[in-house]
Amino acid sequence: MTIRTEPMTVNVGPQHPSTHGVFRLRITFDGEEILEVEPVLGYLHRGSEKLAEERNYVQIVTLTDRLDYTSPMINNQAYCLAVEKLVGIEPPLRGKYLRTLAAELQRIASHLIAVGFFVQEMGAFGTPLMYAFRSRERILDLFEMLCGARITVSYMRPGGVFADTPPDFWPALARFMEDFRAEFSELEDLLLENEILLARTRGVGPLPPNVAINCSVSGPVLRASGVNWDWRKMEPYDAYDRVEFDVPIGTNWDNYDRFWVRMQEVRQSMRIIEQCVEQIEPGPVRVPDLPLVLRAEPGAEAYGRVEASKGELAFYLVSDGGISPYRCKIRSPSLINLTVTEHLLVGWTLADMIITLGSVDINMGEVDR
Amino acid sequence: MYGSAMAKGLLVTFKNLVRKPFTVQYPEERIKQHPRFRGEEFVWYEERCTGCASCAKYCPLGIIKIVTSPSETAPKEGDKYRLEVFDIDLQRCMFCGLCVEACPYDALFMGSGFEQGQYSRENMVITIDQLRQSNKHPSTWYRPQLETAGYVPNSGRPLGWREVGRESWRWHQGEKAGMRLTADEAEADSPTPDSEAPDSEAGSMGPEPAKGLADNLPENPA
Amino acid sequence: MFCGESILRDNPLFRVIYDGASYFLPCWLSYLVAGVVIMLILVNAVLLGAAAASWMERRLLGRFHNRIGPNRWGPFGTLQPIADLIKLLTKEDLIPAGADRIAFTLVPILMVSTMILMTAVIPFAKDTALADLNVGVLYFLAVSSLTAVALFMAGWSSDNRYALFGAARGVAVLISYEVPVVLSLLGVVMIAGSMSLGAIVHAQQVPFILVQPLAFFLFLAGMSAELNRTPFDVAEAESEIIGGYHTEYSGIKFALIQAAEFGGVLVVSALITTMFLGGWGGPFSEYLGWLWFLLKSILVVALFSWIRATYPRLRIDQIMGFCWKVMLPLSLINLTATTLEVFFLPENGTTMGEQWIMAGINLTLALVCVPLFGKLMREKARPGSSPAGARVVPGIPTIESS
Repeated sequence: MTIRTEPMTVNVGPQHPSTHGVFRLRITFDGEEILEVEPVLGYLHRGSEKLAEERNYVQIVTLTDRLDYTSPMINNQAYCLAVEKLVGIEPPLRGKYLRTLAAELQRIASHLIAVGFFVQEMGAFGTPLMYAFRSRERILDLFEMLCGARITVSYMRPGGVFADTPPDFWPALARFMEDFRAEFSELEDLLLENEILLARTRGVGPLPPNVAINCSVSGPVLRASGVNWDWRKMEPYDAYDRVEFDVPIGTNWDNYDRFWVRMQEVRQSMRIIEQCVEQIEPGPVRVPDLPLVLRAEPGAEAYGRVEASKGELAFYLVSDGGISPYRCKIRSPSLINLTVTEHLLVGWTLADMIITLGSVDINMGEVDR
Repeated sequence: MYGSAMAKGLLVTFKNLVRKPFTVQYPEERIKQHPRFRGEEFVWYEERCTGCASCAKYCPLGIIKIVTSPSETAPKEGDKYRLEVFDIDLQRCMFCGLCVEACPYDALFMGSGFEQGQYSRENMVITIDQLRQSNKHPSTWYRPQLETAGYVPNSGRPLGWREVGRESWRWHQGEKAGMRLTADEAEADSPTPDSEAPDSEAGSMGPEPAKGLADNLPENPA
Repeated sequence: MFCGESILRDNPLFRVIYDGASYFLPCWLSYLVAGVVIMLILVNAVLLGAAAASWMERRLLGRFHNRIGPNRWGPFGTLQPIADLIKLLTKEDLIPAGADRIAFTLVPILMVSTMILMTAVIPFAKDTALADLNVGVLYFLAVSSLTAVALFMAGWSSDNRYALFGAARGVAVLISYEVPVVLSLLGVVMIAGSMSLGAIVHAQQVPFILVQPLAFFLFLAGMSAELNRTPFDVAEAESEIIGGYHTEYSGIKFALIQAAEFGGVLVVSALITTMFLGGWGGPFSEYLGWLWFLLKSILVVALFSWIRATYPRLRIDQIMGFCWKVMLPLSLINLTATTLEVFFLPENGTTMGEQWIMAGINLTLALVCVPLFGKLMREKARPGSSPAGARVVPGIPTIESS
């Protein structure tokens, strides 16, 4: 006699300890296996694109801080790149190096959050999370030294960065790099070969490369699916063509590879930071004599993209000659990466779903803007 | 060997057990903020402010309210406004510092603290009297002259209005309107060092930093 | 009547109260009074112990995380459990609308009472247990399996899908892990020759952790699963199903469930101390037996906390795989080896020399078997995720992941 079972629809609701923000999934389960997935977005929509039409080009920098709130420097960088393309200016060399430095520090901080919460959702009760956050605290302290705020940094301006580094920044950075090497090795010891972690993530949630490319996935998710694509190499911006670094590529396309790619990217970011510290020279950090209120040619458009910590972050700006853009479209990596939700989740269990979503590393500030 | 990585994990946790904690017992111990920290209380020098409301215009959230009326205080320089209302609404302020960035006269600075919580909504709006009376420990955010002088807000002494500005005649060379003094005029108009009355300054909007700035400020803490 | 034949008749405290009360009370009433006093002392001790265990776990976890645990209430935060209790007492006692009220309310009572009942047989000082049953081990295991019933009642009566998830997983885990746990304890019982916990402590010339290392490992892992502790805490997996079986519990009911959980950790640590670490044994055990017992139990509680701080959680099918494919064969191997040793050794393993011999054999066996089984258990990549050759664009440096 077969027992009749009924599939059950559950809301992994907007309030949930591990959905990376207010993200809602309606999942139909058969026992523990997922049959259907329907993501519901928009709980954090704040109208950033519309607000951008009401603010001038420098005020929008403060808006971009709040998009992906785990990596605001990179958001600033993407936006400033777009404005510079729109207006037709280029930051001086020291400004480029400082931007690269800040962006790589921010990439480390963002990946620390990704890795920390990835393991936290597996139930490690926060120990790796606490270690990751301890290192992130130091990075945020460096940001405070640099620009006065830890998260809503607004460090960059169209044309460079807003000011040069204070004199005690460089020794503090050197101290941080030294300590962080040891702390990160400790984190790797704890996590990279842990049998339980391997058992939970190896082979789970594989994303074949053709699906990844068809769904416009970008960032570590794409690289873990075996596709060698990093915008810092493909279309170098700022100082990325003057520094050497490698791009980690995954071969198994599963959760563990996405986690592994992020851990390796932190190591590569450390390399970039060291090279920036060596190569940077004194000089201006911002295009001089820029008006306080920028204007662009009417009808000008620009698409500025960067390799953010979560994927390809891009701003598409259209100007009508005024002090605000006519249209500011934000191409956020997390939203596009969510295209593959169904492919990644259907057929796996509830426990795997949490971890797979954690490995894709979405941030609702970006998704909903 | 299977399980060796798990044993390594246990060792890592054990090592951290015996390490000193990273956390700080607030409020008994506080971590010092860095000089560029964009703090909550704003530092405003009425002597330098002309009521131009650039800060209010540049604020992305529009939380600064400035109401001025014409005054007869400095007719030789083209007069300046008398400020009646200068409210900064802390409830919506995001402490981005764009107002400080916009101020052409170095009259507005970010503060250096963050403990401005109040118990009622009315108290969350900083009024002009509060701005006049607050402690003047300006943050060095977007004020390179303070940084070059090595000022540290939370351990330095309060700064007066003559010590905090750039030479306006150098800064405003590109400006077409407003206070514009050539180097000679600035020399001739140097004020007496002790006059602090807000309405009686004879039009000099900035001290002569050639002698005063670096000498009066505390040592660079490095 | 039954006055002189209760199981507590050897307990000196019981004797004192009974004799004292029987001067002016009838026999049965003084029996009742004495029993009630003992029971109150025990219940209070266990609940305070649960609170202390929760305090210790929070501070230890804080230090593992490189932060300080609770330290505001009382010196070193020792009054924190009291503060938590007061907070939970003042919360609204919600019962969901569709819930089965009787079952819902019974669950915390059931959990706490089984936990307290388990402490009855544990000898915490030299020859001092509340009731030294001659089937102590059996009693302990039987009472601890009532947790499965309570868990499922909690999940089912909550009228909440997440709770049902947690309960279903929890029951599966609990029932499966009974088997290797029981089998692993049989080795200890065989060497000691009796199921009474007092006799087991006496029989430990060499602490049984050395004589039966495999059994210790299996019992530790098995009881972690029974207590729903990481890495086996799928029943209350906080990040996946929010609260699992106790999602809908608030207020004093939740406090009692937490007390039952931490008390369970304490009681199981006490049992591990008794069975594997030599109980109250140590220098001056006449007078300081209770101290050694306390220290060893605290050490085992710290071990549970250490494991919790380090490892992520296993998935439910991996937990079941671990139980049936690794722990059960290992426990059978342990049982066979111990049986053979006890059978062939002339004194049946009761003297120190023989126990050392057994220790040597069993340690080698453990060191060989555990990695072997671990290798067999290693997760293979599931079909469908075949690692194809990475599509690498030539000329750009890459790092291949292994």
